[in-house]
Amino acid sequence: MSRLRWLIPLAVLPVLGLLAYGFWTDPKGEVKSPLIGRPAAPFTLPTFAGTPVALEGLRGRVVVVNFWASWCVPACYEEAPVLQQAWRDYEKRGVTLVGINVQDKDEAARQFMEQFGFTFPNAMDVGGKVAVDYGVYGVPETFFIDRKGRIRERKVGAITDEVFRGHLERLLAEPA
Amino acid sequence: MRRAAASLALVIVLGVLGPGLAAAPVDEQTVHAIAANLRCVVCQSLSVADSPSETARQMRDIIRERLAAGETPEQVTAYFVARYGDWILLAPPRRGFTLLVWVVPFVGLALGLVLVAVAVRRWSRVAAGRAAAAPPSEVDAATRERIRREMAEGGP
Repeated sequence: MSRLRWLIPLAVLPVLGLLAYGFWTDPKGEVKSPLIGRPAAPFTLPTFAGTPVALEGLRGRVVVVNFWASWCVPACYEEAPVLQQAWRDYEKRGVTLVGINVQDKDEAARQFMEQFGFTFPNAMDVGGKVAVDYGVYGVPETFFIDRKGRIRERKVGAITDEVFRGHLERLLAEPA
Repeated sequence: MRRAAASLALVIVLGVLGPGLAAAPVDEQTVHAIAANLRCVVCQSLSVADSPSETARQMRDIIRERLAAGETPEQVTAYFVARYGDWILLAPPRRGFTLLVWVVPFVGLALGLVLVAVAVRRWSRVAAGRAAAAPPSEVDAATRERIRREMAEGGP
């Protein structure tokens, strides 16, 4: 027994290994969405403008689905101008941007859209079904869907112009 | 006339019962049981069942709706896992890497018990061996004979 006593300190090795793994892992790292590469969940919602928007009808276009809320301060306010500008620049290049407003009040949502001059289709997700279908944790979250209708990128938190255009250019460069 | 009245009655009965039949009653305990195993996505360490947040309330509604549509509790849970990953489960699944979490404590316990059993046996054997091997002062036959004689003689 005493000949093996030197083995006892070795017992700390697994514990140290576990701690090392824990310290090297980014605690703020985003939980990977299992939806990347999967077909985007279809939805049909009435927009604030009155016309319905259906994902199915947008097949063949690159679609960006952005989840937002007027109470989401400051992230949604930071990215709103990026969204509107990207819509202006990319609409004619085969990109459709759909804003999905979650857990909001109609009036507050309309005010938000007016403040940033949103001209792309926006709809309220009453009941939160679309948000859960996309595995949304919070707002803002942005999903990039390719021409074949698969979710390719997901951005949690305010999106920057650079990231937004980077994803769009990459998806637009793919053969239709 | 009587037939007309009967069919009218049937229409009324169906009209009253119909909607009730269509919306299959959902057991709230089942809703709670599913929600209790799902992590509230906007909370810290709260289940969908316990969280007062709007998101959790909407998720409970979705659970209720899917059950009403005829899904099993497993299918409802799978729906959430497919969208949020295993992360949404409050208990790690008993397969793959997270199976370790379930197995390692028991393996550790078993190993510990074996270790203790081996150690106890070894210690008791050492103690027994010591007791057997060392009747403290072995007196040789000659000395014993001398003691016996001197005792009999009543001292020197």
